Amino acid sequence: MVQLVYLARLREVFGTAGENVDLPRDVATVASLLAWLARRGGAWAAELAPGRAVRVAVNHDVARAETPVRAGDEVALFPPVTGG
Amino acid sequence: MPVRVQCEDFDVAGELERLRAGDARIGAIASFVGLVRDVNEASEVRTMTLEHYPGMTEKALAKIVEEARSRWDIVDALVIHRVGELKPGDQIVLAAVAGTHRGEAFVACEFIMDYLKTRAPFWKKEQTPEGERWVEARISDEEKASRW
Repeated sequence: MVQLVYLARLREVFGTAGENVDLPRDVATVASLLAWLARRGGAWAAELAPGRAVRVAVNHDVARAETPVRAGDEVALFPPVTGG
Repeated sequence: MPVRVQCEDFDVAGELERLRAGDARIGAIASFVGLVRDVNEASEVRTMTLEHYPGMTEKALAKIVEEARSRWDIVDALVIHRVGELKPGDQIVLAAVAGTHRGEAFVACEFIMDYLKTRAPFWKKEQTPEGERWVEARISDEEKASRW
């Protein structure tokens, strides 16, 4: 099980602050996780389409497309940051 | 604690005083204070709500401060970032760097702000007469951060 966290605008468009999901065996990286979520269609497909600016953190560290995702991880999806 | 995330306002003079307290090596403090503006993208901003990612935010800020320490010979640094609802004129962020001389303090302070704006998980939402809107990230901020 992976804990997904959605922040800021993504929380609003997905309509939830997060969820726990069991990943299929072939979903083992950030890139494959985003592609798997995009297959839900609707807002998921629109927001997670290739080329959209989605940032990802795995266990509170900024992640890249190839960063591994494993059971027990906390994976956060969010828009580019705008603090300061 | 060199980084703090808080709802409450902060007192710049008091924070700078604490940063330098008891360390006579410090010959310079460079500081930056970010404020809420009343107009953005041609709309009146009535309030601004700052959201963050608890758990990651402090870690991300601490990493930025560590990176500054590793690149420049500075004595100490401090970052305070507010979250929650803010009004025009309110203070949002304080970044301060203490060093032996001004050069490294100035540079490290600018580095911390450039990295904070592109790497620390904060998001601004503005409440305007036309409704609410999330502030969009600026490409110019990415360009500034990529200089370092």
